[in-house]
Amino acid sequence: MQVDFTLLIPEFMLAGLGVLVLIADFAVPWRSRGGKNGVLAALTVLGLAVTFALMLRMQWNTHEVLYDNLIYVDRYALLFKALAMGIGAAVVLISMEYVHTRIRHAGEFYALLVFAVLGAVLMAGAAELLTAYIAIELLAFCLYVLVALSRGDTRSGEAATKYILLGAISSAVMLFGIALIYGAIGETSFRASERLLESVFGPTVALGLAMFVAGLGFKLSMAPFHLWAPDVYEGAPTPVTALVSVLSKAAAFALTLRFLAEAGSATLEEWQLALAVLAALTMTVGTFTALVQENIKRLLAYSSVAQVGFVLIGIIALNESGARAALLHIAGYSFTNLAAFAVVIAVEAKTGKERIADYAGLASRSPLLAMVMASAMFSLAGLPIFAGFVTKFLLFTSAVEGGLFWLMVIAVVNSLVSLYYYLRIVREMYVGEAAETGRLRLHVAASLPVWFLFAGTVLVGVYPAPLMDAAGAAVSALAPFP
Amino acid sequence: MSSAERHVLEWLIYLPMLTAVVLVALPVAWRTTARWVGVGSGALLMVGSAWVFIAFDYSAGAETFQLVKVYPWLESVGIDFRLGVDGIAAPMVLLTGIVALTGSVIAANVERDAKSYYVLLFVLIAGVYGTFVSIDLFFFFFFYELAIVPMFLLIAVWGSSSTFRDFARTKEYGALKLVLMIVAASVLVWIAVIAIYVWVGQQTFNILELRDAVQNGAISSGAQKALFPLVMVGFGLLAGLWPFHTWSPDGHVAAPTSVSMLHAGVLMKLGAFGIIRVGMTLLPEGMDAWALALFVLGTVNVVYGAVTAMAQTDLKYVVGYSSVSHMGYVIMGIATLNSIGLTGATLQMFSHGIMTALFFAIVGAIYERAHTRDTLILNGLASKMGWTTAFFVIAGLTSLGLPGLSGFIAEVLVFIGAFHSQPVLGALGILGAAITAVYILRLVARVFFGQRDPQWDALPDLTPREIAAAGALVVPLVLVGIWPAPFLDVIRHGVDALPGVDALLGGIL
Repeated sequence: MQVDFTLLIPEFMLAGLGVLVLIADFAVPWRSRGGKNGVLAALTVLGLAVTFALMLRMQWNTHEVLYDNLIYVDRYALLFKALAMGIGAAVVLISMEYVHTRIRHAGEFYALLVFAVLGAVLMAGAAELLTAYIAIELLAFCLYVLVALSRGDTRSGEAATKYILLGAISSAVMLFGIALIYGAIGETSFRASERLLESVFGPTVALGLAMFVAGLGFKLSMAPFHLWAPDVYEGAPTPVTALVSVLSKAAAFALTLRFLAEAGSATLEEWQLALAVLAALTMTVGTFTALVQENIKRLLAYSSVAQVGFVLIGIIALNESGARAALLHIAGYSFTNLAAFAVVIAVEAKTGKERIADYAGLASRSPLLAMVMASAMFSLAGLPIFAGFVTKFLLFTSAVEGGLFWLMVIAVVNSLVSLYYYLRIVREMYVGEAAETGRLRLHVAASLPVWFLFAGTVLVGVYPAPLMDAAGAAVSALAPFP
Repeated sequence: MSSAERHVLEWLIYLPMLTAVVLVALPVAWRTTARWVGVGSGALLMVGSAWVFIAFDYSAGAETFQLVKVYPWLESVGIDFRLGVDGIAAPMVLLTGIVALTGSVIAANVERDAKSYYVLLFVLIAGVYGTFVSIDLFFFFFFYELAIVPMFLLIAVWGSSSTFRDFARTKEYGALKLVLMIVAASVLVWIAVIAIYVWVGQQTFNILELRDAVQNGAISSGAQKALFPLVMVGFGLLAGLWPFHTWSPDGHVAAPTSVSMLHAGVLMKLGAFGIIRVGMTLLPEGMDAWALALFVLGTVNVVYGAVTAMAQTDLKYVVGYSSVSHMGYVIMGIATLNSIGLTGATLQMFSHGIMTALFFAIVGAIYERAHTRDTLILNGLASKMGWTTAFFVIAGLTSLGLPGLSGFIAEVLVFIGAFHSQPVLGALGILGAAITAVYILRLVARVFFGQRDPQWDALPDLTPREIAAAGALVVPLVLVGIWPAPFLDVIRHGVDALPGVDALLGGIL
């Protein structure tokens, strides 16, 4: 078997970048913490950008399976790899001031972030169960450490403990599920198992599939496996929260969609209804719990649970338009949620506050931050001209095309209810009276990424065609949608 | 077509958007510049809108949809940015132009953060134009929702709370009620839009293709009947359909003057327009089955709105409930399902839009000066506020249907149409017009021509800017009142092309 290692150059580069950042952290005699933070951040972003550009150049037309069905290098993986690197770079750029003032171990932060991106990249390419498992664990371990990175902050420690314990249990469940599937069909490759799963479908396979999907559901924070999310979101350093809410979600979706499309097509009828019920539960629980939150990070946690429910629609419908819409929604959601977190991070870095009430009067203290936050909220609520409108519209349409009219109705109603809590934040920012006056000034370098994310949120909303084409090309790499 | 003609519709959407972007970039302190940008853009929009209306060709063989422009947007799903106007949309475009210009002139009175106010106002205007000129179902819904987004901030930030004796309504209450109710209704529309697209199953959102497919039986009669209530209530709520109208008075009272003008003047018309564009065009059998229900609700609107307006003592609530009452004529006209009634409904949309914008402009001006809207306290304003009185009286006379003003023509057509299909309900509708005369005349008699109260002697009359804006609104009211032919020809061209409309060849048309 001939293996073309050049196809894995992006992965090697990412691993090398992570190690390089770690070494630079202790090997270089830094004069000041600020200088170190700046250089390491620049190094990380530059490394991610170079890898990104090189990968797009080299692998645009590649469609390969490496190591005898272990890893795909195709358009679908490419889209998610590009997304993961973009998310990584964006998180670094929006959190430089925060890292400087609030995180003592900048080097570890950047290195672990790069390794987390690597984990996500591997998840996007995983072609069989064990590779998927290892990639998931790589991402998860980086996140465990990152969540605990605020040393001395008891909430951070508590969040990390909770995350690790529940994460370990979910990994065990997932591994058990993999074992059951392998025991039943003697195969772990997604594509090869589709027919086998169908032919021997029974209690063992059903249990194995359920346990594997439950493990994925934990990473996705799909109800009823979402209970870790609010505490982890609240306790983690905010840039890490952003990473958890966007990077790990996108990667887990990449894997879930690939697995269900390639391995689950033939057994669609066995799992579709169960998953549709879970999706409905997820969006409803997320939406209604978000209504009563007082902390902005907890609110965004529940809101992301609700968003997960929406994206699941596109996966469950398991038709081409649903898969495309799900990809589009994930991309739009990444821009939107990162824009929201950019504001949360900036506000926290300046004032140290993270309650919704602390956002009162933000519009007069920083018109830019307030505008971006309001746009992000409108986008998450699914209003035009922002990304959320068109992506939700297409997702809900795909549900009806897949014969799930009731799911669309539940989703639309949830979308309406969610408007109430998103509007609460907008209300605080524009109508509320600021407790403190004084402008919050963003450094120009810090405002550029905020503008960029804002522009992305709008651009996906008004001109989604290029992204839609990319999503279409990616989806056509999956077996059921040639 | 000249190149300007080919692009005029899209620029009616781009220009307000562009204005919003330019204004965002302006420094906050440049208040005067922001106002000039706003008013200038409003004037350009007015010119463009008038052009669209004049260029519309209503001769017998002319295309139903004109000035059509198509840009591919998401080909894989069948969404195009597809614009065009028919005889129903053309007067609405003109209406939007007039109200956008006068609204942006009146908005120059805003002191607090004028720039942001104009930004949101122009986003709203872009949404309204987009809805009227979109003939792609996706973009129709896109712009419909876009028009709702800025309302919340416009009312919650710049609105006014009213504590009226023991009756308190904060501006946030009004804003939240308005936005949540309208979005809740748009959820129903959303469901219907997706269902129509999927059930027709031709991978297209083009309203014309969907219409043809539906006429060839793409959606079963039962499905149409099931979907129509969603459209009827979803759009009807925005049109103030009873019993879903409660957001309207509260929202309008809380809103700042120019927002009330745009909202009652134009935005409520989106609801009625939506019933025609989506309900009648795409679900004709559903419309047919539910017409009587719509008729009954419309009649209740007329009578209930008028009776409630009679009991109000806050000027804005009077105007707010009178809007509910007058939108009832529009709903009745649509439900007649004959060409005279629908022509009347469309003309009433235009007429009421202008009239209510004038009402709100004047009431807003009085409130800014007197800091009260209590009709029991305000007395004898006519002695010192001549212009204010004159404009209010003109709006009031239009409202009660005085011949020679636009309201008369529109209401008469609605009633003729109504007598052709539901004589009893039509008669009840006329009762509503009588009640309108009572509350308007009583109001004018007391507030303007009542006992002169020295405490109001110091109030200044309208500024030249306000006179210009109000005067610009009076012109179309009189023009339509004495020479309705051009309007009726254009509207008739659009109405005749609607599916399921009885053509009544009334001699008066």
